[in-house]
Amino acid sequence: MSQRKSDPRITWDSFAEGLWKNNPVFVMLLGMCPVLAVTNSAMNALAMGLATTFVLVASGYLVSLLSRFIPRQVRIATYIVIIATFVTIIDYVIQAISLDLYNSLGAFIQLIVVNCIILGRAEAYASKHSPLKSVVNALGMGAGFTFALLCLGSVRELLGAGALFGFDLFGAQFQPWIVMVLPPGGFLVLGAWLLLFDWLKQRREQKQLAISGEQTNAV
Amino acid sequence: MINKSDSKVHSLATVPIPGQAPSISMMVVLSSIAMVSGFLVVLISQLTAPIIAENQRRAIERALVQVIPASVSHEEFLLQDGKLLPAGESATGESVYAGYDANGELVGIAARAAAQGYADMIHLLYGYDPACECIRGIRVLKMAETPGLGDKIIKDANFQANFDALDARVDMQQMALANPIITVKHGSKQHPWEIDAISGATISAKAVGKALNQSAQMLLPQLQPLMQQIGRQEQQP
Repeated sequence: MSQRKSDPRITWDSFAEGLWKNNPVFVMLLGMCPVLAVTNSAMNALAMGLATTFVLVASGYLVSLLSRFIPRQVRIATYIVIIATFVTIIDYVIQAISLDLYNSLGAFIQLIVVNCIILGRAEAYASKHSPLKSVVNALGMGAGFTFALLCLGSVRELLGAGALFGFDLFGAQFQPWIVMVLPPGGFLVLGAWLLLFDWLKQRREQKQLAISGEQTNAV
Repeated sequence: MINKSDSKVHSLATVPIPGQAPSISMMVVLSSIAMVSGFLVVLISQLTAPIIAENQRRAIERALVQVIPASVSHEEFLLQDGKLLPAGESATGESVYAGYDANGELVGIAARAAAQGYADMIHLLYGYDPACECIRGIRVLKMAETPGLGDKIIKDANFQANFDALDARVDMQQMALANPIITVKHGSKQHPWEIDAISGATISAKAVGKALNQSAQMLLPQLQPLMQQIGRQEQQP
C-alpha cells in the first residue's frame, strides 16, 4: 500500500545510519525507558540490546515482506501484533537461557513491545524498503542501540559497583558510588554521554564549515 | 441544488476512496497474522517449557543446598490441612522441602517465606534444623531492594551470621513459637531468637524477620507431629 522509495541499493549507509548518524539513543533520543532502567550493569545492557536487536530485525523483515498486503488502516495494529510475537519469543528464550538474567531484566523484556524505536523503524523504514535492506538497517539500529546501552551500562557498573560484566576491577578498598546504579545515576550518565556526543557533532560541523569556507575562498 | 449535493454525499459514502481497502481484506490480514503469531508463540513456549522448568528446579536445588548445608538430596512435600503429601501434579498446599544426608536421615526442612520489603516483596527460602530447633540459613529468592543498602540482607556477612542458629523452638502447647522471631536495632541483639538489624537497611532487615516469623509460626507447629513421617528418606525401588 505504501510507496517504495526508488533506490533499492543497499549501501554502507543503510547499516551505519543507526550506528552513528541517527543513533536511536544518542541522536534520536528514542526508547529512553529501557535505556535508563536496565543499564545498571553491563551484562543487563548487553542482554537488553541483543533482545531488542532480535525483535528489530525479525519484525523489520516481516513488516517489509508483508507491507504490500497490509491495508493502511490496520497497519499499526498489524505491526504491534508482529512485534509482540517476537517479544514473547525472546522472553521465553531468555527464561530458558538464564533465570537470573531474566529476573534482573524484570518487566523490561515484555516492554520491548512498546519501544518506539521498533515501531518507528517498522513504520518509517521497513514498510518502505525491501526486506533485505530493512534487515540491514535494523541490524545497524540494533547495534547502535546495544552500543548506547553498553556505554551507559559499563560506566554505571564501573562507578556504582567497581566491576565490569561482574568482574571486580578495583579490589576491596574501592568505595562504590552507589547513586550510579540507582535511577538518578541513569540520568547523570545519559546526560554526560549526550554532552560528549553533541560536542563531537558540533566540532565535526565546525570543521566541515571551515573546510568549505577555505574551498570557496580558494575559488 | 439540494438534490445535487445530496447525490454527492451519497457517492462519497459508497464509492471506495482510492487507496482505502475494503474491511474484508483488513479482517483477512489481521486474522491470518494473528493466527501465525499464535502458532509461533505456542511453538516456542512448548520448546522452552522443559528447559525453563529445569532451570527453576536447579535454582531451587542450589538454594536448598545453601539453607540445609548438610543435605545431599531433597524431596518436596505439600502441607495441606495438617497432613504432608508428596508433591505431585494434583496436590496443592504449602511447599515444604525435606533435606536428607547420604544415609537418608532427615537433616533439615526448608520452606518459603515472604514479606513486604522497602521496594517490593522479599521472597526467601529458609532452612530449619530439627536437631537444634533453629533456623540454619536463609536465601533470598527474589527481591527488588536498593543496591548498596537493602541488598545488604544478602551481602552483609554479619547479618547472615544471624542465621547460623536462629532459635525457633515451638512452645509447650505446640501452637506457636516459644519466642517470636524479631528484628532488633543494630547492635542490641541479646537472645538467640533475635535478628540483629543492619544500620542503613533496617526496613529490609525487619522484613526478613517478619517473613521468617510469619512462616515459622504457621508451619513449624504443624510440622512437629509430622517429623516421624518424613524422618527417613524412602529408598527408591
